Amino acid sequence: MENIRTPKVEHVRLIDRTNPRRCSVGTLYLSSTHSIFVENTEARRETWVLHSLVSSVERPPVSPSGNPLVIRCKNFQVFQLLIPQEKDCLDVQASLSRLSRPERYGELSCFSFNPNLNKEARDEAWSFIDLRGDYVRMGIPSNLWYITAANSEYRVCDTYPSDLYVPKSATPSVIVGSAKFRSRGRFPVLSYYHRDNSASICRSSQPLSGFSARSTEDEQMIQAIMKSNPASEFMYVVDTRPKLNAMANRAAGKGYENEDHYTNIKLQFIGIENIHVMRNSQQKIIDVGQVRSPSMGDFLWGLENSGWLKHIKAVMDAGVFIARAVAEEGISVLVHCSDGWDRTAQACSVASILLDPYYRTLKGFMVLIEKDWVAFGHKFSHRYGHLDSDPKEISPVMDQFLECVWQLMEQFPCAFEFNERFLLQLHTYVYSCQYGNFLANSQKERRDLRIQERTHSVWPHLWKDQAEYSNPLYRADHSQTQGVLRPVTTPYCFKFWKAMYNRLDQASAARQSPADCLSAVREETQQLEEELSTHQEVPRGTVHSPTRQENSFSQGEEDGGGAKEDDQSQ
Amino acid sequence: MEFAELIKTPRVDGVVLHRPFLPLVEGTLCLTGHHLILSSRQDNTEELWLLHADIDFIEKRFVGSSGTIIVKCKDLRIIQLDIPGMEECLNIASSIEALSTLDSVSLMYPFFYRPMFEVIEDGWNLFLPEESFKDLESMTDEWRLSEVNRDFSICPSYPPLVVVPKDTDDDTLLKVASFRHGGRFPVLSYYHKKNGMVMMRAGQPLIGPNGRRCKEDEKLINATLRAGKRGYIIDTRATAVAQQAKARGGGFEQEANYPQWRRIHKTIERYSVLQDSLIKLVEACNDQSHSMDRWLSKLEASNWLSHIKEILTTACLAAQCIDREGATVLVHGTEGTDSTLQVTSLAQILLDPSCRTIRGFQALVEREWLQAGHPFQHRCAQSAYSSGKLHGEAPIFLLFLDCTWQILRQFPCSFEFNENFLVLLFEHAYATQFGTFLGNSAAERATLKLPQKTVSLWSWVNRPQEMEGFVNPLYEPNSLVIWPSVAPQSLQLWEGVFLRWNRSSKCLDEAYEEMVHIIEYNKELQKKVNSLRRQLAQLETEGSPLHTP
Repeated sequence: MENIRTPKVEHVRLIDRTNPRRCSVGTLYLSSTHSIFVENTEARRETWVLHSLVSSVERPPVSPSGNPLVIRCKNFQVFQLLIPQEKDCLDVQASLSRLSRPERYGELSCFSFNPNLNKEARDEAWSFIDLRGDYVRMGIPSNLWYITAANSEYRVCDTYPSDLYVPKSATPSVIVGSAKFRSRGRFPVLSYYHRDNSASICRSSQPLSGFSARSTEDEQMIQAIMKSNPASEFMYVVDTRPKLNAMANRAAGKGYENEDHYTNIKLQFIGIENIHVMRNSQQKIIDVGQVRSPSMGDFLWGLENSGWLKHIKAVMDAGVFIARAVAEEGISVLVHCSDGWDRTAQACSVASILLDPYYRTLKGFMVLIEKDWVAFGHKFSHRYGHLDSDPKEISPVMDQFLECVWQLMEQFPCAFEFNERFLLQLHTYVYSCQYGNFLANSQKERRDLRIQERTHSVWPHLWKDQAEYSNPLYRADHSQTQGVLRPVTTPYCFKFWKAMYNRLDQASAARQSPADCLSAVREETQQLEEELSTHQEVPRGTVHSPTRQENSFSQGEEDGGGAKEDDQSQ
Repeated sequence: MEFAELIKTPRVDGVVLHRPFLPLVEGTLCLTGHHLILSSRQDNTEELWLLHADIDFIEKRFVGSSGTIIVKCKDLRIIQLDIPGMEECLNIASSIEALSTLDSVSLMYPFFYRPMFEVIEDGWNLFLPEESFKDLESMTDEWRLSEVNRDFSICPSYPPLVVVPKDTDDDTLLKVASFRHGGRFPVLSYYHKKNGMVMMRAGQPLIGPNGRRCKEDEKLINATLRAGKRGYIIDTRATAVAQQAKARGGGFEQEANYPQWRRIHKTIERYSVLQDSLIKLVEACNDQSHSMDRWLSKLEASNWLSHIKEILTTACLAAQCIDREGATVLVHGTEGTDSTLQVTSLAQILLDPSCRTIRGFQALVEREWLQAGHPFQHRCAQSAYSSGKLHGEAPIFLLFLDCTWQILRQFPCSFEFNENFLVLLFEHAYATQFGTFLGNSAAERATLKLPQKTVSLWSWVNRPQEMEGFVNPLYEPNSLVIWPSVAPQSLQLWEGVFLRWNRSSKCLDEAYEEMVHIIEYNKELQKKVNSLRRQLAQLETEGSPLHTP
């Protein structure tokens, strides 16, 4: 609380971003976790902004109407305030600047957030996602793969989870040897197993091959992975970096697998740019989204100039390549980049989404993020700037993954159980630290912080609101729900994600959403179904059986008539 | 019959057909006077029936003794025919070229087409001006139906009946006609029931380099103003363009002579620029080898979406003047047959909920495009694959449909029709078996005796079995004025037209079917529940003891 210089400012005006001439007058409160704006109207409408979601607080030149203050959030929302007194404005800016840049984890809102759960409920919430269960679902452990204790207490690799799945033939000495030959000890381990044909996706960091170094154990490890797919004669190693970057790493004693040393591998470079390029690109596309009344030319030029969609396409192409190798060729893939926690996480999770319908369900998507991102040591706190630290570590890696999923939703409107709103909400939680899931940079760090005792898990909270996040077009038995997704990645298939990058226009975008209309219809349908089943209980057969008719109706589907519209995908 | 002279080789066997999304078909190619037909002689394979009029451009390629014809259609589809035999290929190609560019309207297919369905409701009689005037009369008595143009002599591009201010007599109209481009004196385009404001349209005033004025013209439009109120003149040309027009005898309303009017210039491009834009856009869409940068830069360079934005913005402006400012609006460009109609028709879609119904939209097309003298035949003679010298071809109507689609996309529940209906109108404006879009004006249609000799598109569309595919399942009548966003982020490429043949729409179609299914199931249940409720109520009144929970 010592950081709050002025806890309350009156007669503040909140400017409507869609129409700068409109604004509402009210009182601004600063609490230890939120800025709260309460309108002076009968409705006393409240606007809450988490401090941890604030990315910058700017003070444009004073205008005759007051002292403007612009609060930009990490989820690209922007709030514009007008404060009567300059001193108050300065105080609010100073307080917010400090509050939005915590220096220690303990200052983050997840440690003070209390949703009134008892200890059992909290523990239960943390066990909501069961990663071992997911491997069991995939059919692992099996006669080919087992769970190794090599990394218990994070002995071999402190950025990996303690549970790791490796080929049966990978002995502890192979594991340790391979880990020594990989950046930060991130040796190849199983990420996804394709039950249909035994092909798998494994992930690692780059090998420390330099110009000539080799490691028998690492070569054995790769061989073991290939052999775990008995029908195949080779495997792919997908290096998600541009080839030039990978080559440059050799000079630093790192690099990529030498095809002469590893038998039966095919090396494939994908060319996803590094975190610094992505950070700059996103800044440009945010700017594009925030320009006031741009011309069409300005907009399209800005979109092209940002390079953003090109990068999204690169991530998607990586996922498509891996998914095709696994599903169509039946070939296992090892994916890595440099450290194996950014591009590798993107490529593996996009591929998994394409391959496995389970990951397109609400629960499955949570599992996927918990597995490929949280457990495998994606550096959330560094990438999303949870603490006031090196700005060069910040990068929108997760944003890009979520956007790939959104682009897929546009192409496959029936394939996902969840909707766009879920992606946006998740994006906000990744940045806001209201829950402990995305805190710190590895499983070990979270254990040391005793996250599970001191904070809450976001997943049951999201699960509880699933009605809000469900896609009305999703049906478990729909053809798009089954099997592998094969997206088209021609440039014209990628769109500007308006709901993410153009929150300014939010009010107008909310005019009419086909998805919301449909959700309402479905809800009503459910009520009708319930009412029908109550009526059915009417005695003496006064009512003829509606159930049979219902069934015959739902089976008697329309044959379409060649109807075509992509409204619901917008 | 002169078609026979143009067909040197009426049939070729062993022709292979390549089409988007469909497997190859081998079969016999036949040419008739109006169609290119490919028959595989197998029951289960779809045949190709392509109207020559639908062919925009062909390319020939030869490898050895066999040739290939690439057929580029006006609906943007590209198909390929591999034809064995050099001579056959050349003959087919030259026949297609000749048959697809016939000059004489009366040789067009609609004059030969005999419907396979019974015409229940004749589309030619559906939207008569005298009928729509009755509706107007029920709202206001300030307008009258003038027959001054009954023989098309005053204004060849106007219909015989037009709506003009009540106090303006036909003599005045004659004088005003001589002061407006193409004789297009100001006529009523739309009456806004909510506040009694109106939108009129006209051709540019012919003030010329010396600033000629016409008192009757001023009087005519002033008659539409409420006392003490100002009106807006929306000129669809940039100020400089309107200025230049004076040198060629045209121009704009000068402030001094029209003190009660505020003139606003907007920039909607002329037809040659728009045609060029369409060609560039389609070229960009058809090249799948682009990198992301190249695609975006080509999309931008085509300027198509800029045109969309400009047209929609102008339509919103017109609607705003009428609905929000409570002002009368006069819209014109140069001729008043292109950009003017885009603006007046789109403004009506925003303002008038009835234009968002299927019948209402048909009436709008009939009123604001066909009757209003948009030269369909000239504008739609060639599409995106046109090359060489053009003769006034331009995607004016396609832009209008695209803008409508943009509004539909932003208000998916406010339209009774779906995207398919707009695509259908696009296709039929360019090539058709129906007579609706033939000719350039009401006068030409009368000369051609289209209502007697051809079938109206509406006669076919309005049959319940056809209509089914065009109804928007999400439709909830919305009596409000709708205000679409014209921000670039809100406007999108119309995939249903421009990417239609480049990417499969299977998944989107499935989603649409799913939506239809969800809504129909809901309706079915509602029906059932309602009937049960009625039964229950009946049983209760009969006094039978019921124990429902």
